[in-house]
Amino acid sequence: MTTTPYIQFFDGPDFDGTGEHRHELLGGKCASLVALTQAGMPVPPGFAITTASYDAFITAAGIQDDIHSLLEGLDADDVAAVDRVSAQLRFEIESRPVPADVRADFVAAYHALQDRFTEPVPVAVRSSATAEDLPDASFAGQQDTYLWLTGIEDVTEHIRRCWASLFTSRAITYRLKNNIPNEGLSMAVAVQKMVNARAAGVAITMDPTTGDRSKIVIESSYGLGELVVSGLVTPDNVTVDKIMLMVVKRAIGSKHAELVPDPEAAGLTELEVSAERRDVLSISETEITAIATIAKKAEKHFRCPQDIEWALDRDLPDGANLLLLQSRPETVHSSTAKASTPATAASNGNFGIASITQALLVQAGKA
Amino acid sequence: MTEKSFPSPYDQAPAAGAESWKELYAYNLVFQENRREVEEGKFWFCDSQHWPTVTKPFETIGFEFAVSCLGQYNTRHLLIPPANGIEFRIHNGYVFMSPVGVPEAEIAPRVPEFMARAGHYFQNWETLLEQWQGKIRGTIDELGALSFEALPDRVDIDDVTSGKGTGPNNDLLARYDELIALTYRAWQYHFEFLNLGYVAYLDFFSFCKEAFPGIPDQAVAKMVQGVDMELFRPDDELKKLAKLAVELELTGMFGDTENPEATLAGLAAASAGAAWIAAWNDAKDPWFNFTVGNGFYAHDKYWIDHLELPLGYIRDYIGRLQAGQTIDRPVAELIAERDRITEEYSELLSPEQLAAFEGKLGLARQVYPYVENHNFYIEHWTMGVFWRKARELSAMLQQQGFWAEADGMFFLRRDEVREALFDYVTGWAVGAPAIGPDYWPEEVERRRAIVDALQQQRPQPALNTPPAVITEPFTLMLWGITSDQIKNWLGDSDAPEGEFRGMAASSGVAEGPARVISSSDQLSEVQEGDILVAPVTAPSWGPIFGKIRATVTDIGGMMSHAAIVCREYGMPAVTGTGTASAQITTGQWLRVDGNNGTVTVVEGHTGAGHAHDLTLAGDAAIQLEDALDPAGLEALDGTVFEGSHA
Repeated sequence: MTTTPYIQFFDGPDFDGTGEHRHELLGGKCASLVALTQAGMPVPPGFAITTASYDAFITAAGIQDDIHSLLEGLDADDVAAVDRVSAQLRFEIESRPVPADVRADFVAAYHALQDRFTEPVPVAVRSSATAEDLPDASFAGQQDTYLWLTGIEDVTEHIRRCWASLFTSRAITYRLKNNIPNEGLSMAVAVQKMVNARAAGVAITMDPTTGDRSKIVIESSYGLGELVVSGLVTPDNVTVDKIMLMVVKRAIGSKHAELVPDPEAAGLTELEVSAERRDVLSISETEITAIATIAKKAEKHFRCPQDIEWALDRDLPDGANLLLLQSRPETVHSSTAKASTPATAASNGNFGIASITQALLVQAGKA
Repeated sequence: MTEKSFPSPYDQAPAAGAESWKELYAYNLVFQENRREVEEGKFWFCDSQHWPTVTKPFETIGFEFAVSCLGQYNTRHLLIPPANGIEFRIHNGYVFMSPVGVPEAEIAPRVPEFMARAGHYFQNWETLLEQWQGKIRGTIDELGALSFEALPDRVDIDDVTSGKGTGPNNDLLARYDELIALTYRAWQYHFEFLNLGYVAYLDFFSFCKEAFPGIPDQAVAKMVQGVDMELFRPDDELKKLAKLAVELELTGMFGDTENPEATLAGLAAASAGAAWIAAWNDAKDPWFNFTVGNGFYAHDKYWIDHLELPLGYIRDYIGRLQAGQTIDRPVAELIAERDRITEEYSELLSPEQLAAFEGKLGLARQVYPYVENHNFYIEHWTMGVFWRKARELSAMLQQQGFWAEADGMFFLRRDEVREALFDYVTGWAVGAPAIGPDYWPEEVERRRAIVDALQQQRPQPALNTPPAVITEPFTLMLWGITSDQIKNWLGDSDAPEGEFRGMAASSGVAEGPARVISSSDQLSEVQEGDILVAPVTAPSWGPIFGKIRATVTDIGGMMSHAAIVCREYGMPAVTGTGTASAQITTGQWLRVDGNNGTVTVVEGHTGAGHAHDLTLAGDAAIQLEDALDPAGLEALDGTVFEGSHA
């Protein structure tokens, strides 16, 4: 695994040797995957195409000036103009060749990744933006993700699409409205072994409905996790006690559809889930414990509540098939958690006979 | 939706051959015909946790004393605001209970009384408990001093010349009364602290349930429970003796433990044997006052009366030591786990909450050892002495021709025993034969047949219509009678075929072949790697817990003996399944999930494979655990994600 200015494997060394510029070079998504991999988490293997690749590409393509001039003086509220500029910039990016040195490093990395497996594996390509360039939390799920790609040309094409996604109408408008300059705009891309998910979903290391931090809530459905993340299926919902790793509540979701690989189309297809499979949990008790354990570890490692994406890979043996796809700080609920912490009897600080009496009366429904 | 109910006791025919069973018991213990309306208005649950088999007439003393003394403390000593005692009846030979609430209007006035009374105990716990130790040991000594010998042909000349003025018949009657009175006294002491122990536990429990909604009951139990209890001393003593035998190279002396006299004589004669025998004698008193039963039956065997039991366990332990196995309970791990759990919950609390949490936990931990240890002093030690004395009396009367078998007396009620004794002393006094030998042998055999007939039929789990929700704290805590449990009994459980649901009483997951045990006499059938399935277990089954993989019981809550023992031994347990022991057969392959409270019969398993210990959460979790340990990783920090959304 060679780290070059253009490529960094998730399990490879940082280019700068310290990881200090990791976020700037790799974008949030890839930086997170590198951090998780380094923390010993079972992250599917892959590599980052660094922001240096993008920069070299733009320079070689000679479109830096076009970008500036087209965006100069653009009115964020002029939807038609924004759309026109967006289309043109994206066309320019997607139609230019990748510089030879960047391409050579990418091709080598792609082969190095494939060499880890006995047969060719499909990959996912995802954009990995540096923090300021793209909309934040409210744009969750808006980043570009291309699943189940096979072959170098296909992958290259989608890498350019990820780069081009810096100039979607939405991104342009966002930057204009927030006065984010176009100078230094860049984009990294993740190329990662595709998980052949039997079941997948998310897990939050707290109960988002109550703010109770002694729980882990797992959402799970069949197939790839995209349908859960985008809210297209009602997943199973399992609450686990974080300390004891015991299930305290389970609700079976309707999970009517699943996204699975389609060998004929060499891509993905959405299938209906049979009634029998809908009626049972999509994950076993052992898998629930394993998912909760991983979520708990992520939280412990990053020292704040986490929101993880996980998948069970059907190509890997039981016990080694749980993969962590993503872990990010849980922001929405953590900020409100303190206010919603139970406070009544729990906070009166009185543990003598008075509180015992109170507890007895409460237990008997008399207080 | 029609409300589901359990049958009325008035609609249940007794087993064939047991039609006249009610005559065996006191009038106040059975459901009387003319009280139908009153009795049907109450919900009764069967306490098969403490009385799993039919109670013989003399044995009613156990639940009469125990349950009335429990009530006495709630109702009259402590005035626990919402809870009075628990009514009890015997029905078709089995014991049923019904908790008694406190009328709404009386609850508030009891509060200041309760606070003064219970508060005093909590404030002076250690001194009062020390005093308790003295009281109970004194009572046991008094019981131990009783003797029931046949009356002599003539009064001792010294008693005549000293002018004593009374005969040994007078003493015999007095000693019987004393036997009963001392036992009643011991049961009062039993509950002097127990209810308070539960109350303090409940307080911490309620706090945790509020701070961490849905926290598993087991988490609370694990935080409170001690790991080095007197209740576990007897088993620990056996382990020490096994190690000593290995150390002194005496392991060859345990070939025939079924013959304790010969084994002990052999040990005494062996070189270095004297040291082992001295250690054995030290351990014996009091720690072998330990029953393989539960203290409530006349036939319960106590180690001290059946030395082949401890010797057999020691032999097993020696075998395991020689096979290189560890026989000690994982005390260090249990303490580490308890500290981990406590710390992880603590970290989630605000400073004010933490103060309350620590205070309540501190009190619960202070009072909790009693909840376990009293069992040794009363059920094991006191009751061991009581039953030994009662058997002595029964055997003496057998010699006088009152009954054919040594256990004849236990088919009499305790008031009838006094009648028979008076008959005996009268015959002695008058110089004419007592009437008993012409009356009791036939009557005892008739009653024995009825008890045998009753034994053929299992009890209903409960009687009449259950309340919508169970709120009575002791019913929940001691017996695990929850609304879900009742639903289970009524067949409303949504568990699929071949699955049993109960309380997740001790965590972990294990698979193995079932070994269904319905009495302690079958304990020797238990094989290495079995999953123990029983209506109920006793703490004294300790020595077999080193062999088994998991435990499943029909009845019992988080604080039942099976639950406590399994947590102490770090082994999965599912308690309160209702009917698992009746439906599972020995040899079936089971998967016991102590995290979720489920027991599954694994179909199609040949049973030939090895038992699996699946306690840990899959290899992935272990790998992860290992991978995350390196300290250097701590340098990484979560801020790298800030603002990232990709």
